[in-house]
Amino acid sequence: MIEVKGLKKAFGKNEVLSGIDTVINKGEKVVVIGPSGSGKSTFLRCLNRLETPTEGSVIFEGVDITHVSEKELNKIREKMGMVFQHFYLFPHLTIRKNLTLAPVKLKLMTKEEADKRADELLKKVGLFDKADSYPDMLSGGQKQRIAIARALVMRPDVMLFDEPTSALDPEMVGEVLALMKQLAEEGMTMVVVTHEMGFAREVASRVMFIDEGVIAEEGTPEEFFGSPKSPRLKEFLSKVL
Amino acid sequence: MDSFFDKLHETFIVDDRWKYLVNGLKTTLIITIFAVMIGMLLGFLVAIVRSTHDRTGRFKIMNLICKLYLTVIRGTPVMVQLLIIYYVIFASVRIDKTLVGIIAFGINSGAYVAEIVRSGIMSIDKGQYEAGASLGLNYSKTMKHIILPQAFKNVLPALANECIVLLKETSVAGYIALEDLTKGGDIIRSITYEPFLPLLAVAIIYLVIVVGLSALVGKLERRLKKSDRG
Repeated sequence: MIEVKGLKKAFGKNEVLSGIDTVINKGEKVVVIGPSGSGKSTFLRCLNRLETPTEGSVIFEGVDITHVSEKELNKIREKMGMVFQHFYLFPHLTIRKNLTLAPVKLKLMTKEEADKRADELLKKVGLFDKADSYPDMLSGGQKQRIAIARALVMRPDVMLFDEPTSALDPEMVGEVLALMKQLAEEGMTMVVVTHEMGFAREVASRVMFIDEGVIAEEGTPEEFFGSPKSPRLKEFLSKVL
Repeated sequence: MDSFFDKLHETFIVDDRWKYLVNGLKTTLIITIFAVMIGMLLGFLVAIVRSTHDRTGRFKIMNLICKLYLTVIRGTPVMVQLLIIYYVIFASVRIDKTLVGIIAFGINSGAYVAEIVRSGIMSIDKGQYEAGASLGLNYSKTMKHIILPQAFKNVLPALANECIVLLKETSVAGYIALEDLTKGGDIIRSITYEPFLPLLAVAIIYLVIVVGLSALVGKLERRLKKSDRG
């Protein structure tokens, strides 16, 4: 579904990604971990070209997104949901409008269809009673569940999560992870950058360790946590587990 | 005391002199209202061009033109601009003076509105653009539906203040022989040779309008704060 070839990204002289190759298949749940500054968020943001790679290609459903026009890119992004660390809900719109804005303005759904879809998703994430509230009235955990629902409205083929629980108070992490787990069980293809090792162990089909701009090691959670090979990963795991 | 009422009578009642003030006020309000409309339109356009250029690098030439406009307008007195527009630009055309006033003050106000709106656009978190982009919205849709509504709300009080400033600035319109409120008072002064009462009346009228508008702005700010708190 997503094929990454020789992906490099530099900000000025600072090379953050120094050659990433991987294939993410339909239905996979890839959890990306690594020390801060390792390039894992940049990697994720290159997948939907929020960052433009310096070199290499990202092929999504047969299309190289590093070489498409702005217009084609936007069509592709409709199929790639993204959830941010800081939610980025639209504060001037009600929760329901947060969900319906994109499908309605992109003329993918009528207002009625979008409202119906939004209500279904709000029920799914357990926040139907907040439909007419504004984002500022919600807790962090609720905001992130809404952000997930907002991405799901578009019926994406893949969901990208950029440290979705890192900005949350500890007691709210659980509700967001539970929702992500539910999505995973429903078969959603997911790429998740996170520090939640429990989630990685439980939900991932593959865990990827990015360090100094390359994939230093990857494998099933059993291999990854059970018998890490590289000294860097052993060191990292000893610090976080 | 009698002499005070005599003066009052002499200043405002004789020959219906109060009409200079009423008609002047009308002209002042017409100029202000239409100039505000032009200023807002111009200001938003310039702000969008400038901030789009700053964020995406597009509109290079337009951005240069906008920068030049801002520098010239903000770097010269409004009165000089008014005189140039009337005596130079419209020198050879017969044109309604009120219209000249509207155009001159509108162009002037646009520069200040542009900087206010631009600061509003720049204050919106980069993440809002990214959230829009991640949903497949292009830049102009993101701007229109996500960035501008938030920016507008943030700068609404500053924009309202700009309107108040503009209202007062139109008092130089008399320099192109426009009979606005200030000129109206001045005409009465030149007829009666009595400066105190007509000019005092003019000042009071401005003050009442400005205080009234300021109170409205204050109310608006409080209401916006409340909706921020949810």
